[in-house]
Amino acid sequence: MTGPGPESEYRAHLRDGRFMIQRSRATGVHVFYPRVAVPGTGEQDLEWVAASGLATVYAITVNRTREGAYNVALVDLDEGPRMMTRIDGIETVPIGTRVSARIIEQDGAPLVVFVPEQAA
Amino acid sequence: MTHPLRGRAAVVGIGSAGCGEAPGRTANELMAEAALAAVADAGLALHDIDGIFAATSTHAFPTLSVAEYLGIQPRYFDGTNVGGSSFEAHLLSAALALDAGLCDAALICYGSNQRTAGGRLVSMSEPQAHEAPYKPRHPITAYALAASRHMHQFGTTRAMLAEVAVAARAWANLNPAAFARGPLSVDDVLGARMVSDPLATADCCLVTDGGGACVLVRADRARDLKHPPAYLLGAAGAGWHRAVMCMPDLTITAATDSGPRAYAMAGVLPSDVRLAMLYDAFTINTLLFLEDLGFCAKGEGGPFVQGGAIAPGGRLAVNTNGGGLSCVHPGMYGMFLILEAVTQLRGDAGERQVSGLDVALVHGNGGTLSSQCTALLGTAAAL
Repeated sequence: MTGPGPESEYRAHLRDGRFMIQRSRATGVHVFYPRVAVPGTGEQDLEWVAASGLATVYAITVNRTREGAYNVALVDLDEGPRMMTRIDGIETVPIGTRVSARIIEQDGAPLVVFVPEQAA
Repeated sequence: MTHPLRGRAAVVGIGSAGCGEAPGRTANELMAEAALAAVADAGLALHDIDGIFAATSTHAFPTLSVAEYLGIQPRYFDGTNVGGSSFEAHLLSAALALDAGLCDAALICYGSNQRTAGGRLVSMSEPQAHEAPYKPRHPITAYALAASRHMHQFGTTRAMLAEVAVAARAWANLNPAAFARGPLSVDDVLGARMVSDPLATADCCLVTDGGGACVLVRADRARDLKHPPAYLLGAAGAGWHRAVMCMPDLTITAATDSGPRAYAMAGVLPSDVRLAMLYDAFTINTLLFLEDLGFCAKGEGGPFVQGGAIAPGGRLAVNTNGGGLSCVHPGMYGMFLILEAVTQLRGDAGERQVSGLDVALVHGNGGTLSSQCTALLGTAAAL
């Protein structure tokens, strides 16, 4: 293989405003974070597909610091993979809340965050 | 059928140094002092040591650093670093190396001066690329996420988590060497400052200094040394993820894999275990490991610990030194689990001694619930 790897491609998609995840052509299994192969089975037939951006909150905490409070969540994408994120613009939400993705800019780089679906 | 490694090696020496606060001492100094104490406790000389096993939060090549410092030229070394559980992993690899004749006396050691050097957890753990932008304050954020999920699925409450901290403190109050002593109530824990919901400061382990070390030899030689040997009956490690976002189920740890294999090697059941030393970096850990190591059913860790059940006089002795929560936690706590289990198996634990103890379980955890290593140690009566 030559050229940029999946991590670099993922970030390039994000910079272009697209939240893309990988899918195995043969098995249909979705993969996140971006890898060179499906974990556990090793298929290397991964293609980029647009994430639906729909997810369910699996676990959530609020970090309380001197600078303020912010949540850190794990969400299960409707496609299957889990990712870490922030439920943006709200201190916390209950586990099980349906959320949808937004791409924001943070520290000069694009970042996927989620907002509760009814606010979408 | 008895596993060929069962009882083939034993812990024959233990040592510690600077547990709590050790102002002005380096990590190397604490590691070396603990190592020397362990070698002396075994009744061996430094030149007897020909196997080195080590992991720290500050050394890229800890086995080289400690061997050079002590002036040992090891025939065998293993610097496996899977976080705080590394030392339980080292027990297994030391037993293998001893049994294969690759070394004759194995020294496992650790040292940290994180409390007096900086006052916070020192870690060489690299940021995880797909977690770091969300600013998790690992390790606590990961454990708080696990606690949030456990509460959601099983109805576990903060008061149940608090019972873990209260029991640990009650044991610490029987241990003159514990760093945090004095009264602690469930209300005290519930009223502590929230750090990462649902975990408050009192749900978190200490940040201390400390060095720890132990020495293992083959069982035939162990019988002739100073102290009653603590035989390694069984051990196993397991790991399912590195970053917590990749943990398959935040309420089920890889201890469900390491535990059964360790029990099988040892030929014991959870009901044979009279002392469980469980890596309590946070209160949720103890619940997860009680469940995953077969002391209660999944989801019932909270009710299991209520009413002082793991405190002195309770149904199961857990973390009798006071644990990472109240005794000592220099960043990688796994070594200190071993030291307490051996102290108890020797019958040297004073006021906190568990009576009639033949089998102790030691369970290390590393990273963000990432590596799980279980070991069973026993007296000669358990062989």
